[in-house]
Amino acid sequence: MAEELATHRFFADMDRAQVDVLAGCGQNVIVPAGTAMTREGAHADTFWAIRAGRAALGVTAPGRGLIVLETLHAGDMLGWTWLFPPFRWHFDADAIDDLRAVVFDATCLRQKCQADPALGFALMGRFARVLDERLRATRMQLLDLYGQPAPR
Amino acid sequence: MTPLCHRVVWRQEQTTNVVSLGIEAVDGSRMRYAAGQFNMLYAYAVGEVAISISGNPVEDGPIVHTIRDVGAVSHALCSLQVGDSLGVRGPFGSDWGMDDAAGRDLIIVAGGIGLAPLRPVITQVIAERDRFGGVEVVIGARAQEELAFRTEIEAWRQRGDMSVHVTVDRATTGWRGTVGVVTTVLPRVPVDPAAVAMICGPEVMVRFTALALLERGMPPSGVRVSMERNMQCAIAQCGHCQLGAAFVCADGPVFTWERVEPLLAVREL
Repeated sequence: MAEELATHRFFADMDRAQVDVLAGCGQNVIVPAGTAMTREGAHADTFWAIRAGRAALGVTAPGRGLIVLETLHAGDMLGWTWLFPPFRWHFDADAIDDLRAVVFDATCLRQKCQADPALGFALMGRFARVLDERLRATRMQLLDLYGQPAPR
Repeated sequence: MTPLCHRVVWRQEQTTNVVSLGIEAVDGSRMRYAAGQFNMLYAYAVGEVAISISGNPVEDGPIVHTIRDVGAVSHALCSLQVGDSLGVRGPFGSDWGMDDAAGRDLIIVAGGIGLAPLRPVITQVIAERDRFGGVEVVIGARAQEELAFRTEIEAWRQRGDMSVHVTVDRATTGWRGTVGVVTTVLPRVPVDPAAVAMICGPEVMVRFTALALLERGMPPSGVRVSMERNMQCAIAQCGHCQLGAAFVCADGPVFTWERVEPLLAVREL
């Protein structure tokens, strides 16, 4: 498990001893295509490090199904609301393909981070980077870059 | 420089407001051009506009332009039918530098109609596949309905000798592919610092993409971008397309990031 995590983009350059500790809270899973991975409002007690396959993250609307806001791929993380009270998912996520991931037990991780602030700092720093990437991407989406240009 | 009369020999609607036209000179002359160059297309009695050449530069046949209907001139061009005539001046400007890119990996990033100026690169790479290293193509569009060259992109994807990533900003019904801006795809693209990156699209997208590639270790000299400005004379005389000391029509439209980044940092330009 630790070997596999060490090759994941999220854990790249992380201290190997810390990866070993984190691995103790994770397990390898295969998520069949179409499986609901998160549901808006449900308790957020896990997160996924995607190793292969894709997940669709979005909002479900009546009569429209899942409105996909973003797809997540190998090397991406799914889920950060486990970090903050009230630990509830804000979005829905479904596996698009058969997906391979390491799923983490959030309670186990929180306990380990509280016991070892250096580990918590390293993990939070990585999640902050993910948040930064997603925020920048969302802002670019908001710009509607491919909208109507100046008349010619 | 007088426009040379050309005739439309084929027309293909790419999306609801994007049309490709295959044109030939009425005098039978052949135009030689390099990937990345543009022509000035003249819709008679309406006006003239700069349009990138989107055909295959190493193949004989009609010259291809892909035009987005955004104003009076582009609307007149998009409305042309097979047999109609138009004026053409060109080709103009710098190119993507395919000879210099030979032997190296290519990272091609296109946003929206920015795929049109990069299509000649892809078609030339396919025609001369052995000359180039690994090829990664990243294509972004607002939504699947606005994706030009859809059939061709699918054919590129089916090839085993290049990776093609397509992403849309907004998923509409039936889209099963990637959702997210083009920069979200880049972490999954292998980046060799010796590679050549070619980027074309809206300027903000070009800027963010170039910076993301620099973060991955590419030098500014290895990143080439195609700039869009108000080209009018196309021969560096009128100054409409001036970007600092550079004329986009003559010094560009393709620049290295090394050259263009300081210019883009000046807000008034």
